[in-house]
Amino acid sequence: MERVYFDHSATTPVRPEVAEAMHKSLTEVFGNPTSMHYFGKLAREAVEEARTQVAQSIGAQANEIVFTSGGTESDNMAVHGVAMINKNRGNHIITSAVEHHAVLNTVKALGKQGFTITILPVDKYGLVAVEDLASAITDKTILVSLMHANNEMGTIQPIKELAAVAKSKGITFHTDAVQSMGKIPVDVNELGVDLLTISGHKIYAPKGIGALYIRKGVRWRQSLMHGGAQEKLRRAGTENVPGIVALGKACELAVRDLDSEPAYLMGIRDKLIKAVLDSIPNTSLTGHPEKRLPNHASFTFEFIEGESMLLSLDMKGFAASSGSACTSGSLEPSHVLLAMGIPHELAHGSIRITLGRDNKPEDVDKFMAVMPAIVERLRAMSPLNQENEFAMESDCVACRSSDTCYRQA
Amino acid sequence: MYTEKVMDHFENPRNVGEITDANGVGQVGNPTCGDIMKIYLKIEDNIIKDIKFKTFGCGAAIATSSMVTEMAKGKTVEEALQLSNKAVAEALDGLPPKKMHCSNLAADALHAAIKDYQEKQK
Ligand SMILES: Cc1ncc(COP(=O)(O)O)c(C=O)c1O
Ligand code: FES
Repeated sequence: MERVYFDHSATTPVRPEVAEAMHKSLTEVFGNPTSMHYFGKLAREAVEEARTQVAQSIGAQANEIVFTSGGTESDNMAVHGVAMINKNRGNHIITSAVEHHAVLNTVKALGKQGFTITILPVDKYGLVAVEDLASAITDKTILVSLMHANNEMGTIQPIKELAAVAKSKGITFHTDAVQSMGKIPVDVNELGVDLLTISGHKIYAPKGIGALYIRKGVRWRQSLMHGGAQEKLRRAGTENVPGIVALGKACELAVRDLDSEPAYLMGIRDKLIKAVLDSIPNTSLTGHPEKRLPNHASFTFEFIEGESMLLSLDMKGFAASSGSACTSGSLEPSHVLLAMGIPHELAHGSIRITLGRDNKPEDVDKFMAVMPAIVERLRAMSPLNQENEFAMESDCVACRSSDTCYRQA
Repeated sequence: MYTEKVMDHFENPRNVGEITDANGVGQVGNPTCGDIMKIYLKIEDNIIKDIKFKTFGCGAAIATSSMVTEMAKGKTVEEALQLSNKAVAEALDGLPPKKMHCSNLAADALHAAIKDYQEKQK
């Protein structure tokens, strides 16, 4: 069966050029960069070249880049490292309700360790208001962490304006640019951020490699990983040289392609959004209609559940994802969709389609050749009253266990 | 992650729909939780002559609903009341652990429909 991969926000295939660079590092340039001999030196050179590539791709200096095991580690390291070293200055951290769990759960964990936390709300498009940030700041605030673009609904935050507010009060600002990297320009000076997270596997490098940008002079210290003196004491552990080389190459290519790829993907995205909204009734777009990632389309389909849509799509050869509780392993649907005020039952019917270099405009036609029938079949099976409302029962486990259930309000 | 039987019942669910002259109807779950299941029964001479379902939920929810209707059809009311969630899951060659609650719904919906029938007989 012909398969169409529509899940590039989950992960991407490694680009051939990247795989090639990596292969060389696995087999030939295999030394330990810390070693004093020839092999070590070659590996060191490869790591430093990659550091320069990553730095240049985001407008940073090479010595401001630390390699990590991925987006999750970079987020943990950023938030924890700033919090710990600034403890004597203040204990207040600000983030938002739509952050990735790598940030949100790190902040929440600090909330149990003597820090006070503010989780900013978002509007129906998933946007954080600049005024909300300004009024949340206190003289105890030491860190603001807000993501550049959201993985679940694609909305791009006004990071430049948000970071400016933090800067005017002398507060450190971190952004997670895992999803925006390679899709829209990411420049640390243009954005005005102090720390920035990127992850390899969302930009056609492998899984398990990422980087954290730490602006020179920013008060941050490694507080999680103890060990050797690698990365100038900023990240212990023998460098993942093949991963680092791959990330360097992937960043270089991502920026090179910024001229053409986003416009290409946006064309496919807009064709897809229009087709879905026009030809499938009771469907809406989630996230901001314009301020969104060029490769990101996310929807809710009323009366049906996401996992059963994903299964049906998979059987027809399409790979997508959903924020439904049934796919999350908990009884709660996506915290991002709920934070935007989307009711539980609608969040269960969410589908995310994220495009990449391998997609073509025809993929939309192929998708539209199967999706309406899938929706129709599942709707025909649905007990929900499709004329008026969703039923309510008081013995619902999720309603009782959820503090976000809108029906309780 | 699903067994072949689950996928078969998901793809070709048995007994989907409504029974207009049902004499027992049961519904459990809630759309807020992501799962809701409704079962319609036509019981004659204490025997389940016809059974249909409608389900809002994941693949496992749809497959367990389909399976429970197949298992209950032709059974007496007493036999149908003996049908457990576990038996439904087993008949599908098992469910992933985090999907076990979906099978709860199927047997619960059947029992709710039978209860509705019994109430109506009083
Ligand atoms: C916004 C965002 N941040 C962080 C991560 C985590 O990155 P990684 O998978 O490299 O740990 C992801 C990936 O799902 C993401 O989408
Ligand atoms: S119906 Fe939600 S997990 Fe099965």
